[in-house]
Amino acid sequence: MTKKRVLAAMSGGVDSSAAVKLLLDKGYEVAGATMHLYNNEDIGIREKTCCSLNDVEDARLVALKLGIDFHVFNFSDEFKMRVMDDFVNTYLSGGTPNPCIECNKHLKFGRFLERAELLGFDYIATGHYVTSHYDEASGRWLLKRSADRAKDQSYVLYGMTQHQLAHTIFPVGDMNKTDIRALAEENGLINAHKRDSQDICFIPDGDYAKFITEAAGEQPAGDIVLSDGTVLGTHRGLIHYTVGQRRGVGVSYSEPLFVTAKDMVQNKLIMGTAEQLCSKTLTAGEVNFITVDKLTSPLKCTAQTRYHQQDVPCTVFQTDENTVKVEFDKPHKAISKGQAVVFYDGEYVVGGGKIL
Amino acid sequence: MEKRFVYADNAATTNVSDTAFNAMLPFLKEQYGNPSSIYSLGMEAAKAVLNARRQVAEALGATRPSEIFFTSGGSEADNMAVIGGAELGAKCGKRHIITSNIEHHAVLHSCEYLESKDFEVTYLPADENGLISAEQVADAIREDTALVTIMAVNNEIGSIQPISEIGSICRERGVLFHTDAVQAVGHMEIDLKKSCIDMLSLSGHKFHSPKGVGALYVRSGTDLPSLIHGGAQERGKRAGTENVAGIVAMGAAITEAAADISARSECLAKMRDRLTDGILASIPHSRLNGGRECRAAGNVNVSFRGIEGESLLLALDIAGIAASSGSACTSGSIDPSHVLTAIGLPEELAKGSLRLTLGDNNTDDDIDYILKVLPDTVKKLRRMSPMWQRICREEGIEDYTI
Repeated sequence: MTKKRVLAAMSGGVDSSAAVKLLLDKGYEVAGATMHLYNNEDIGIREKTCCSLNDVEDARLVALKLGIDFHVFNFSDEFKMRVMDDFVNTYLSGGTPNPCIECNKHLKFGRFLERAELLGFDYIATGHYVTSHYDEASGRWLLKRSADRAKDQSYVLYGMTQHQLAHTIFPVGDMNKTDIRALAEENGLINAHKRDSQDICFIPDGDYAKFITEAAGEQPAGDIVLSDGTVLGTHRGLIHYTVGQRRGVGVSYSEPLFVTAKDMVQNKLIMGTAEQLCSKTLTAGEVNFITVDKLTSPLKCTAQTRYHQQDVPCTVFQTDENTVKVEFDKPHKAISKGQAVVFYDGEYVVGGGKIL
Repeated sequence: MEKRFVYADNAATTNVSDTAFNAMLPFLKEQYGNPSSIYSLGMEAAKAVLNARRQVAEALGATRPSEIFFTSGGSEADNMAVIGGAELGAKCGKRHIITSNIEHHAVLHSCEYLESKDFEVTYLPADENGLISAEQVADAIREDTALVTIMAVNNEIGSIQPISEIGSICRERGVLFHTDAVQAVGHMEIDLKKSCIDMLSLSGHKFHSPKGVGALYVRSGTDLPSLIHGGAQERGKRAGTENVAGIVAMGAAITEAAADISARSECLAKMRDRLTDGILASIPHSRLNGGRECRAAGNVNVSFRGIEGESLLLALDIAGIAASSGSACTSGSIDPSHVLTAIGLPEELAKGSLRLTLGDNNTDDDIDYILKVLPDTVKKLRRMSPMWQRICREEGIEDYTI
């Protein structure tokens, strides 16, 4: 039997490097590839080097050590359009974007998978902490949380289609981070200088307000108000605030206040109490289901509206092809437009959507 | 047809010829002397370097060997000429440079560097065939123009610039003229005695010498400042112990290339035309980038709608064909070519480009093989390409790939 061929998405980091090693041990024929997603000058780093050139070099070194072929794919146009521009636009329209979800959807499981298929690979592999398997009973591919709950990345992968799941291997998904680190160390795959990966790779200093300002210009200051219209102060431009934020707004009041909404039309930052921050319902668009094609009846499950958050009980109603309505059993805190709501049945991802 | 390996990226680099290889071998082993040493082992090396200098000078029609300065390659020669030429001008208050928008990055980035040092640079736009006219240069020359630098042959689309005419105009107007001839030397006649070229860059590995050696011709009487400071090698213009073996190989290779330049060029042009016509005839929605006239003998640059060059290169590699598209980015991926955008190609076509550059080792069988493989590869890629499907939908093109 000929070996199955896998193209591993390599970032140069510990997880994807260990993933390659695990695949080789399992007998796959493996090649690696890194996506070149942006140039340093695009993200405000003055040095005129290519993208995350160090990361590419790290990945190349790992490939060399493991004796596998290595490619670099230039997807910078797609990344700019689908991820960086979307990030800025979502912020400007008052939402809180999740660029990792967009990148997974359009780049890793979009362009990267497409390229792998073109080159005749049977599968792609990534270093995500999730597991997947085929379920005979339902005839569907399922996505499950990682055993290492602290590292679980199922939240950012809810958008995976059946085709993508059928052609993706998650080699580190059923391991915990400590074992992966040990495996990488044993095989000399650890880069001593390697930073922990950032929340948002294209904003290395974490100052996303600066990034948006550089892309879209200074945003106008405006009023900070209570929901009844009482003016409490002046904000520095709405992009500087996120829904749910408590500290750093710079207003004082008789009880703790949170950002509850951003009125982009009137350029107002709306503050409210902890109670006002909570909501019992939400609607979501761009819906994708994994365990089923679509909901035929309301589904009782749990939902998560942020990356690292405990999932809570709710009921999901499909309102049309691409949208759902979610009713939480108890009021849910800081639901933010632009973030994902992801539904779980126990450890399994049912599906999810983008909060509208 | 049986799978074979076809190297069609001769503008990127070439293999080392037997002549060059045999010439350099002794200087890696027994003749390892430093040319600056006074004992005979060193003097033998110095003699070999001088002989290579004579060979290069002769092949280019330079007046004397002392006009040839060996460098580490084409990029260093370009930097030395552009930055040195600018500094020379600045000594008498001239801070204006003229170049084109299709130059190699070694020239363009040197110009950008000079801009950061308060020089002013005029980038002449190439026409749709990738050509700069002598009139454009004449119109751009000012009182304070220190240097004109226009390449002899473009590396991507092979356009051959009228450097003799441009040189004459520069001479008339008293402006220093440099040409990046990296793609020309060893492939077409160059006679420095007949043309008014003050400086000319060349790179050994483009004509079957090893990588890491090149030269800058500087007309005698031009007191170019040096870029690399240190010892007195290359008459004080370029410090650093000479790459003796590389220099010797380059001397042998340039002599070899000069011997039958027109016959080789004729043969290459025939293959080029057959390949170009074959591609355009067998692949719908394809176009030739750059004109058919004034084109380097081995250069074919085509664009295919609806696919990306990067995918195409990877697919061709699987089929055994080594080619190029755009410029190689530092990371090893591909950036769209600034040359194709400069000659007016929309981004989609610039990204879907393929450069095949033929060389002395290519045969008619290679052309047959490319013409067999390429149409199927493009078809397969288009079938899988959302971009192609969108084009078909939006422009009402019948999708032949289904």
